[in-house]
Amino acid sequence: MSNNQEEFQVVRGLPPAQGLYSPANERDACGIGFVVNIHGHKSHDIITKGVQILINLTHRGACGCDPETGDGAGLLIQIPHAFFARECAKIGFTLPPAGQYGAGLVFLPVERTARLLVEGVFERIVREEGLEVLGWRDTPLNVDAIGRVARASQPYIEQIFIRGASGMSEIELDRKLYVVRKRVEHEIRASDIRDKDFFYVPTLSCRTIVYKGLLLAPQIQKFFKDLADPECVSAIAMVHQRFSTNTFPTWPLAHPFRYICHNGEINTVRGNANWMAARQAVMASGVWGDDLKKLLPIVEPGGSDSATLDNAVELLYLSGRSIPHVMSMLIPEAWDADTTMEAEKKAYYEFHASMMEPWDGPAAVAFTDGHVVGATLDRNGLRPSRYLVTRDGLLIVASETGVLPVKPEDVTMKGRLQPGKMLVVDLDQKRIIPDEEVKKSLWERQPYGEWIKDNQISLERLPEPGRVYTTDHETILQRQRAFGYSDEDLKMILAPMSEKGEEPIGSMGTDTPLACLSDKPQTLFHYFKQLFAQVTNPAIDPIREELVMSLTSYIGTERNVLDETPQHSHLLKLEHPILTNRDLEKLRRVSWGDFLAYTLPILYNVHGGEQELERGLDSLCKRASWAIQAGYSLLILSDRGVDENSAPIPALLALTAVHHHLIREGTRTQVALIVESGEPREVMHFCCLIGYGASAVNPYLAIETLDNMSATGRISVPFETALKNYKKAVNKGLLKVFSKMGISTLQSYRGAQIFEAIGLNKSLVDKYFTGTASRIEGVGLEVLAREAKMKHEHAFHPVTESDVELMPGGNYQYRVRGEYHLLNPQTVSKMQHAVNAESYATFKDYSKLINEQNEQLCTLRGLLQFKPAQAISLDEVEPAKEIVKRFATGAMSFGSISKEAHETLAIAMNRMGGRSNTGEGGEDEARFKLLPNGDSKRSSIKQVASGRFGVTANYLVNADELQIKVAQGAKPGEGGQLPGHKVDDFVAKVRHSIPGVGLISPPPHHDIYSIEDLAQLIFDLKNVNPQARISVKLVSEVGVGTVAAGVSKAHADLVLIAGDSGGTGASPLTSLRHAGIPWELGLAETQQVLVMNDLRSRIRVQTDGKLQTGRDVVIGALLGAEEFGFSTAPLVAMGCIMMRKCHLNTCPVGIATQDPALRAKFVGTPEHVINFFFFIAEEVREIMASLGFRTFDEMVGRVDLLTMRDVQHHWKAKGLDLASMLFNPPVPKKVGRRCVTVQDHGLEDALDHKLIELAKDALENQTPTQFVLPIRNVHRTVGGMLSGEVAKRYGSEGLPTDTIQIKFNGSAGQSFGAFLANGVSLELEGDANDYVGKGLSGGRVVVYPPKNSSFIPEQNILVGNVVLYGATSGEVFFNGMAGERFAVRNSGATAVVEGVGDHGCEYMTNGLVAILGETGKNFAAGMSGGIAYVLDESGAFCKTKCNRSGVDLEPVESTNDINALRNLIERHVQLTGSPRGKWILENWGDMLTRFVKVFPHEYKRVLGVAKRETPYFVPATQGEQVLHG
Amino acid sequence: MGKVTGFIEYQREVASRRPVAERVNDWFEIYQPFSYEKVRTQGARCMDCGVPFCHTGCPLNNIIPDWNDYAYRDRWKDAIRVLHSTNNFPEFTGRVCPAPCESACVLGINEPPVAIKLIERSVIDYAFEQGWIKAEPPEVRTGKRVAVVGSGPAGLAAAQQLNRAGHSVVVYEKADRVGGLLRYGIPDFKMEKHHIDRRVALMEAEGVEFVVNAHVGDGVPVEELRSKFDAILVAGGAEASRDLPVQGRELKGIHFAMDFLPQQNHRVAGDPVAEAVSLTAEGKDVIIIGGGDTGADCLGTSHRHKAKSIHQFELMPQPPADRSPNTPWPLWPLMMRTESSHEEGGQREFGIATGEFVGDANGNVTALKTVRVGPPPTFTPIPGSEQEFKADLVLLAMGFTGPVKKGLLTDLGVELDGRGNVKTNEQYMSSVDGVFAAGDMRRGQSLVVWAIAEGRKAARGVDQWLMGESKLP
Repeated sequence: MSNNQEEFQVVRGLPPAQGLYSPANERDACGIGFVVNIHGHKSHDIITKGVQILINLTHRGACGCDPETGDGAGLLIQIPHAFFARECAKIGFTLPPAGQYGAGLVFLPVERTARLLVEGVFERIVREEGLEVLGWRDTPLNVDAIGRVARASQPYIEQIFIRGASGMSEIELDRKLYVVRKRVEHEIRASDIRDKDFFYVPTLSCRTIVYKGLLLAPQIQKFFKDLADPECVSAIAMVHQRFSTNTFPTWPLAHPFRYICHNGEINTVRGNANWMAARQAVMASGVWGDDLKKLLPIVEPGGSDSATLDNAVELLYLSGRSIPHVMSMLIPEAWDADTTMEAEKKAYYEFHASMMEPWDGPAAVAFTDGHVVGATLDRNGLRPSRYLVTRDGLLIVASETGVLPVKPEDVTMKGRLQPGKMLVVDLDQKRIIPDEEVKKSLWERQPYGEWIKDNQISLERLPEPGRVYTTDHETILQRQRAFGYSDEDLKMILAPMSEKGEEPIGSMGTDTPLACLSDKPQTLFHYFKQLFAQVTNPAIDPIREELVMSLTSYIGTERNVLDETPQHSHLLKLEHPILTNRDLEKLRRVSWGDFLAYTLPILYNVHGGEQELERGLDSLCKRASWAIQAGYSLLILSDRGVDENSAPIPALLALTAVHHHLIREGTRTQVALIVESGEPREVMHFCCLIGYGASAVNPYLAIETLDNMSATGRISVPFETALKNYKKAVNKGLLKVFSKMGISTLQSYRGAQIFEAIGLNKSLVDKYFTGTASRIEGVGLEVLAREAKMKHEHAFHPVTESDVELMPGGNYQYRVRGEYHLLNPQTVSKMQHAVNAESYATFKDYSKLINEQNEQLCTLRGLLQFKPAQAISLDEVEPAKEIVKRFATGAMSFGSISKEAHETLAIAMNRMGGRSNTGEGGEDEARFKLLPNGDSKRSSIKQVASGRFGVTANYLVNADELQIKVAQGAKPGEGGQLPGHKVDDFVAKVRHSIPGVGLISPPPHHDIYSIEDLAQLIFDLKNVNPQARISVKLVSEVGVGTVAAGVSKAHADLVLIAGDSGGTGASPLTSLRHAGIPWELGLAETQQVLVMNDLRSRIRVQTDGKLQTGRDVVIGALLGAEEFGFSTAPLVAMGCIMMRKCHLNTCPVGIATQDPALRAKFVGTPEHVINFFFFIAEEVREIMASLGFRTFDEMVGRVDLLTMRDVQHHWKAKGLDLASMLFNPPVPKKVGRRCVTVQDHGLEDALDHKLIELAKDALENQTPTQFVLPIRNVHRTVGGMLSGEVAKRYGSEGLPTDTIQIKFNGSAGQSFGAFLANGVSLELEGDANDYVGKGLSGGRVVVYPPKNSSFIPEQNILVGNVVLYGATSGEVFFNGMAGERFAVRNSGATAVVEGVGDHGCEYMTNGLVAILGETGKNFAAGMSGGIAYVLDESGAFCKTKCNRSGVDLEPVESTNDINALRNLIERHVQLTGSPRGKWILENWGDMLTRFVKVFPHEYKRVLGVAKRETPYFVPATQGEQVLHG
Repeated sequence: MGKVTGFIEYQREVASRRPVAERVNDWFEIYQPFSYEKVRTQGARCMDCGVPFCHTGCPLNNIIPDWNDYAYRDRWKDAIRVLHSTNNFPEFTGRVCPAPCESACVLGINEPPVAIKLIERSVIDYAFEQGWIKAEPPEVRTGKRVAVVGSGPAGLAAAQQLNRAGHSVVVYEKADRVGGLLRYGIPDFKMEKHHIDRRVALMEAEGVEFVVNAHVGDGVPVEELRSKFDAILVAGGAEASRDLPVQGRELKGIHFAMDFLPQQNHRVAGDPVAEAVSLTAEGKDVIIIGGGDTGADCLGTSHRHKAKSIHQFELMPQPPADRSPNTPWPLWPLMMRTESSHEEGGQREFGIATGEFVGDANGNVTALKTVRVGPPPTFTPIPGSEQEFKADLVLLAMGFTGPVKKGLLTDLGVELDGRGNVKTNEQYMSSVDGVFAAGDMRRGQSLVVWAIAEGRKAARGVDQWLMGESKLP
């Protein structure tokens, strides 16, 4: 091992930002759990059980490059007083009675002098705070128990014991200890003590203590010897197993933190942290007095999202709120749109919403203060959390069921945490407090409702203004020009929004220059790119899951967050952020309580250029500060009044200047910022303004433009309608953008800065966009001033008639005077001529156009050049036929493109040895067979996307690669929709759906809400087809490298980094242009981060995104890619002429259409495609020869051969600096820079090997076989590999029903029965975790509780979340309840279950579901096919639970329905022995009337059944509720 | 964007030509009226392409999809606004342009293309009918003076643009009327001349000054312009006709097309044509050498003169009936075209070369000796294919070799390029400071649409040179 290597290994903590890596992007997810004795009995057994839970959750964690070093694990327990007393006595000091001293674990520098210095500081501060250090204790450790990397980075771990002052209560002592800890932290951080970064205090409290570290679960009890001591006792053991996206050794980031441990991700953490900092200025509290100052800053820098959340919890809790109170304030349930919630509870939430924005994101949080312990789930319920209670008072909560062995007869209750709900145990009261009671005790604290009624303001309550601005048609054109409006803005953006109330759709990605490279003046908004959720957190569906979304916000002066008074609700409630002129005038003239508005002009003297712009901004900030001092609570930033000399400051710049100025000044929360601007017009503009802190926006020029367009007939609707539609479209667009990031509410999006800047320089970003990633430098105020000037000139110095028009735009459609396009008439036709005539010379003409166009500045790769190298002869270079094997065509689904086009691509790629991709839409099984001429139409890459259309076991086994599409370049974070009219018979057959019924792909994969879920899906797919490599498709954004590292740790074989520009499918224009970043950046970041983590050597990297020439490929290789995807270019080779009308089904060349008449016009051939790829490969070879590479492999990752071209001549590009993109991490040679080994998928341990062995005879000879096996939660994807074997042998037909029957006993792990094939029947006595029957492909799964259980099955949770996701056929019977999202995207399976959670049957397109009990909220959202029968005893289902926007509810009265339902229940009883089923059958006559048939409109339409005229309600229940069978 | 499914629902339809029997008896435009309602349907066929190849197929970069859409939506005022934003004179191009836009139309890949030319003409005609087209004099005058030499489409376009930029523009025309080849090259049956008069009147109202019968470099000294103007733009066309210097060329009855066609325009305009120089095909055996547009114009004119027989010779082989594979979409297709004049009669001969003119004793041409030739580039004569064609009027329509050098160009002293055209920089300025060139004089013989495009670009160059910057498109 070289010294260099040594140095690399002992690095502690996250490395500093370098290249494109930033520690701020790190993510983690995990398994959590706790076990608690409800009666408060302390025992060592609880600790052992806690550790056992951890061990059984090991698969939810991960380990890095060192298999013995985990990402972190930890345990929180009550202070084991007796044990500590004994131990401390041994080392010479005596502990006072429990509760009168605090104990803490302290991480210290290993080096002795440094350690003593830190200890010295600690002791001094303890004294200064009036406490007394009793002593230090070396925490007994067994360092041999942990991994090499962990050991190398391990801090010195001591315990400190501190005596409280006399008479202090526990909480008082904990407050003081908090002050001590904060002070020590601040002081050490500011000191220059060597190795101070070792220093960290995991915990310092008189009630609880945390043991944690860079451990694997099984190591924890060995490493911390304390935990193995029988005298070490606790009634609580809270545990956490971490899965991080990196391999950097970070001891402090292990959970639990002081009060919480967290599974999920706080998406809004950047905004939350900013707002917390802003609030500090007005914090005050009697419990702190002057101590409060010592606590600041509340949020520790460099913490993870969970650590930041813990910081907030700690402050709010210690300031006097109960811990459930704090949790419900930070992570409130979805109350806004809930019509059934009690008014008082709503008032409680509303009151707190005016004080604190939600900390939003998928989260299961366990919390405790040592007396109260509990767990809560975010509003969307996106993390699993299961619990059970035993007869002897044990409560076990964990991410999974089955983590501790419990005798069935001892279980009194099994449940799951529900979205927004809280499970609380009070050890003092010795009982579980149900959610309703917890919340009731909270809302009863104060008359919140009255406070709101008396103090809250709304727009409606404000008096009508005397005068309102109206449209000035005379000057509108001039002003449109001054604000840079283009003709396209009117035609492509405003017209559709105002006519249809929806954002416009486009196709074929983008091929225009980045804003920082464009010669056209841009709006500042366009230098930003939206971030979006991928893998580490899920996107939300804002349409189908509208109930969690909210645009409501409360604006005005925020009060002291540590207090609650009626004045706290003296805020203005806005239903949405778009203000009409009338709304704005109301606010401008407001005088109500503290509300006073002040208008700040945001204009500057355009002739003064950059200096004037900067001066304008500075004086704007000064005036804002003055206005706050003067007592104004609303600041309106207005650019009205543009004239000959005054140009508008870019609205976003004016806003952020003020926003960040006020944050720095500490006054930000005292005012709301409102933007009155002519600039914002499209959704992206509003997103930017809100994302950077605006409370509301009045887009007056957009509004006037609508009026003008209506008056001149450019739109067909009257102005009032247009405005209404426009607001609706903007609001929908906003929700869509929030939801892409997994954010549900406007309040938490506001100021969250969910953007990355491309091409803004550092000084600009640091000053005005503090905290935003901007990684390649770029333009500053000078260019922004110049752009403003260009627009201003265009407005005020028009010359000719033709020039009086708006600029053409040309962003969405090519225009000569508009924006530049890579795919233009010249390049498209040259390429087609080349492939048609098989002319490499013509191809070179084409590639020269593209490559030299690059030099005209369009893309980042265009800014690069190759360094001179020793050239070799072309003959020595690897042949083209080898290079083309690295090429793949992109995921274009059959359905989006025609059968002819899809099959042509497949044949071409198969002939070349490249890979074609099914896309999301299944594949006709006929294509799996070879054609007589030896050609094959089988796509070697089978995509698994969120819709799971046609994803069956047989589909999976007929693949060489299984690609999990997490995101796509054209619309990352969004799902798709195939309208019913495009689903013809054949498309429907392939997708396992019903012809004519529309299909929705959900925004997230409902089985991937975090990184460990992805690992599970990879494991599932690998089980079904162990020969296929598994790839994961990501889209470039800041932090994608970190996600890719997580993907590598999740054992994917290949990661695909897609660029933002690609995309052949239809997408909202906002997403098409403004989400995601170029592949060059994403790829470079991926390569850098993978190499830094030593994760690159086991994963291949592919990139795509408008790759067009051999030069593009070589640049991709040098930046780190081994393989390359192409979509647009091969389509053009087959005749695509970039109509960009794919979404309209009118493709005139027969590619993106299903219309038979148009398909007949398709003239593409496999030869066209093959010619194209060979031309590309030939060009690659030429460049390789010039660079001296003989083989492609040598070239991968050789970023040192790239350098940036001199672009000093270009007014914008000259500011760019690509050094971070070309950064080469300084790691030793032995760290692989390309893939040289394979992933360990851990398949050897799969239970299925045993199943296959036992079922050998059945597999080979179809002999019926039965056997029985025990099962545990660590056995995952049981049945998957077996099903793969069945499919390989028998195709989709499978085996005859019940050929293989297996009975299990125990708790099954995740994905039980996934992709189960025809002929395989699984029976489980016990319970099961998430994803039961995922992708069910004809098999049968039966689950029932142990026969000797004492609980009532239908009231207890039996199977987890997301059961039957994407099932295509088969059946399941569950004698118990299921979790959230039961039968989501079911397209053919039959199911009987006795209760389900929220979002049941979501996006279901076919199949039959019977629910013999209660359902959660939002049932049938997005359901377009199939039937569900629901037993609605209370009537609640019809009234509130079912989302009726797409379904009718009907009585079960036809003979067919009655027979079907009865038959289902009879089989259910027969297979599970369900008592409830029996009881229903016994009372059939009565019960039948209480069943409701859920019948989707679309399905009805296709079946030719008329829609019901009158809504159906089950008659209100007569008499007593019937609950028990 | 037209109607989304318009191209599937509707067939291409353009204005039909008046019956041959009728139209050969007059000099009016050959097309029959076409209702605006039907034009709208044609607009519906436009697919509003993401990459509208028509838009670059058109040298003027007319924003064709936009005005197609406006026509479809019955929003003619918007349509003319957009059309005029790139094209000063759509009433000319809408009549005489061969419409390279239509060859580049995406729909043309596998269906008859959108009837762009028809829509263009309809848009401007409608706008004139409605009285929407008004003079637009500039609000501010720059005080700069520009002379434009030549009043063909290039000169006119440049003059209009420069005037709108605020410069004072004087256009010099050597002929007696403004219009250049539009006036005295293109026969009336293709474009009636009142279209030019109407436009010139508008330009005069905008402040452009026209001086006719003023041949700069021949009567009007170049020095006069140099002293009076801040810039000079020459747009004198490419008027040097290509000759056929074979035996017998000196015989009487052999004329350049450009001697023949302008006369007829004068006649239609009511001008007397001196008997001594008057040329007519009436009762004659006519042979037109040259298979291009000028040849076709001679052909149509000869029909109307009631020639006895007419042959049109073309050196190139007969092109294929459909688009040649050598000129794939969206290139201008090599293919057999049947213009209105061809419909009206006459015999077309392809792959034929004239070796000798045969004359009678009076020195009048009587016949042509020809031979069939092979394809380019060698045009090898085919042995045994010699043939004689009777002729008493031969019209040479073989194109133009470039601008006339003597006079204007030699006096200005501008440098020429390898093809004998005026050499300019990217701003269209010649080697002489302040002297600019546009149109055929700069690029060689070409289309009207190119001339307008050149005029516009040159105007921008002039403006930039005069003012330091230009906002002209």
